[in-house]
Amino acid sequence: MTSAPPPIPDVDAPEPPDHAEDSGSVDLSPGLKERLTGRDWLAVAPLRIAAAVGIPLVGFFLLLLTFTFLRDSDANRLTIVAVALVAGVGGVFALYWGMDFVNNQLPERIAARIRPWIFVGPALSVLALFLVWPTIRTVWLSFLDDDGEAYVGIANYEFAFTDNLMLTAFRNNVIWLIVGTFFTVGLGLLIATLVDKLRRRAETVAKSVIFLPMAISFVGAAVVWSFIYAFRPEGRPQIGLLNAIWTALGGSPIAWLQQEPWNNLLLIVVLVWLQTGFTMVILSAAIKGVPDDILEAARIDGASEIQVFWRVVIPTIQSTIVVVTTTMIILILKVFDIVWVMTSGDFGTEVIASQMIRQAFRFFDNGKGAAIAVILLLAVIPVMVLNIRRFREEEALR
Amino acid sequence: MTAATHDVEAGADRPRTLSERILDRWPVKLVVLTLGIAWLVPSLGLLVSSFRTRTEINASGWWTALVKLFELRQWTLGNYEQVLSADGMSNAFLNSLAVAIPATVIPITVAAFAAYAFSWMEFRGRQVLFVIVVGLMVVPLQMALIPLLQIYVDLDLAGTYLAVWLAHTGFGLPLAIYLLRNYIGSLPRSIIESAAIDGASHFATFFRLVVPLSVPAIASFAIFQFLWVWNDLLVALVFLGGTPDVAVVTQRLTELVGSRGQDWHVLTAGAFITMVLPLAVFFSLQRYFVRGLTAGSVKG
Repeated sequence: MTSAPPPIPDVDAPEPPDHAEDSGSVDLSPGLKERLTGRDWLAVAPLRIAAAVGIPLVGFFLLLLTFTFLRDSDANRLTIVAVALVAGVGGVFALYWGMDFVNNQLPERIAARIRPWIFVGPALSVLALFLVWPTIRTVWLSFLDDDGEAYVGIANYEFAFTDNLMLTAFRNNVIWLIVGTFFTVGLGLLIATLVDKLRRRAETVAKSVIFLPMAISFVGAAVVWSFIYAFRPEGRPQIGLLNAIWTALGGSPIAWLQQEPWNNLLLIVVLVWLQTGFTMVILSAAIKGVPDDILEAARIDGASEIQVFWRVVIPTIQSTIVVVTTTMIILILKVFDIVWVMTSGDFGTEVIASQMIRQAFRFFDNGKGAAIAVILLLAVIPVMVLNIRRFREEEALR
Repeated sequence: MTAATHDVEAGADRPRTLSERILDRWPVKLVVLTLGIAWLVPSLGLLVSSFRTRTEINASGWWTALVKLFELRQWTLGNYEQVLSADGMSNAFLNSLAVAIPATVIPITVAAFAAYAFSWMEFRGRQVLFVIVVGLMVVPLQMALIPLLQIYVDLDLAGTYLAVWLAHTGFGLPLAIYLLRNYIGSLPRSIIESAAIDGASHFATFFRLVVPLSVPAIASFAIFQFLWVWNDLLVALVFLGGTPDVAVVTQRLTELVGSRGQDWHVLTAGAFITMVLPLAVFFSLQRYFVRGLTAGSVKG
């Protein structure tokens, strides 16, 4: 997804696989050369569907059977995992193999046309069941009442755009988006630029330190920072770092997380702490990719380091900055755990994603929850379009 | 890389003294050092506090413990003992493993087959389907939660590991397919062709050739997905919620924050337990981890 370093050591870029039939190249699927008769088509279509649906279905029941058996027999967790792994992976793999074996018994001209669906079909079925269908269903639910029975038109959306808490959530999400994106990307860029000037060893250490929080969960980070913001009434020892510094400077202790609307910024700090490592790593890779001769040329022409940064480095890594920024935007739109754990959305800190969970799974109002989810989706769609467009461009270059 | 080359070039002009070299980049070093300390302090506070007795934690800030580092009386393992047994963290740890391992391995298996087909097999609609997969990468998983929970309730699966495995499989697939397809699609064409000439079927090519060659990409995604599942709260909350004996570490910690919000000796130890495994993965497999993140910058 990034124009930054490919996840992979570079292998010579192959030709697009599309041109398999080009003269001179070897045909990987000789069966495809034979023409199909009308009767064959009647066999191919249902078999393709069977291939796509069969493996996930059988796999599911396999897992379900072993799973319920183990649960009912009170097996311990590690046994469940071990058996699930054998059944899940070994079983799934065996299913693919079995499907392929059965398929190979058919005449090759038919088998060759079904084979791709054995490989790709199960993934597509799972995606359809777990992402595509629920998405459509959620859109539909957003027009129904709390238990999905009566059609209520746009009432849920009206709620979403007029309810006080929702409006607070929107305001907060805007703050999150602007401040969070600015600082994660800005600090990531700053650190990536600075460590590039250090010696290799120092650079590695510095990057590891900044990157470390990436491994920590949002929940864990929320606890880490709650401790820093901890508050004790005046007169008792302040064990939270922030209040300790604050009182040492002469202030009286403050319950930081209850200070509307500034508490939102304190929550954003947690995100910045967690995610700057990510932006830094990607931007750093991009900065290293700026060709040395351009940099040298600029320096020889008398550009200062700051000019080099703004006029040469930034324009060169522009596309990576866009990638990192959109990634942050998507992540921040869905921010949930930090708010959920640190303030439970109290003191004016609710965000859209936490409202969605609250409405759907605490107040059991599926209609409102669905409507809020749809709003999230709508907010992400521009990024999705951007993603697809960039992917197409990348493909065109392959 | 570049920094090193500059050093050499600058040195070629005129040998520089040690003090010059130190002074040379001091503003940069100072800023990086400050940021580095700022980034470490929060975790350090947590780690130090988790080993202090309850009385100590409440009596003074954790930084005071660093001054009297060798006063052994203030240190204890009791917090961990308590949070692991009485507060159910060890149980939650096992649950997290039970959720995360299959939820990592199943999507990889399914995705690898699909990625191979998208790279090396011919079928109608291949491009369109792949573009849809790319688009699905950013669909917020919030869109799937309500309908999936309804199915799970109907099938009596809510509150089971199986429900969470399957959900994570679905949510992780688009990224897995995308990453693996990028890798598998960039394997040299000649290798795949020579296998075909030797009469290997697609299945054999996939199993004997492509999977072994794709280990780096598979490892990257595996680490990424494992950490993602391990650190997830949302999916666990929705599909496991309400069944305490299957709660994972993130859930358990969230509950502790709710029920024992001021008991920092429990919370700090509990938080550290949730982090141990990800940090171990991070330190041992940093290279793969970074690759996975770099490539997987967009996840639904």
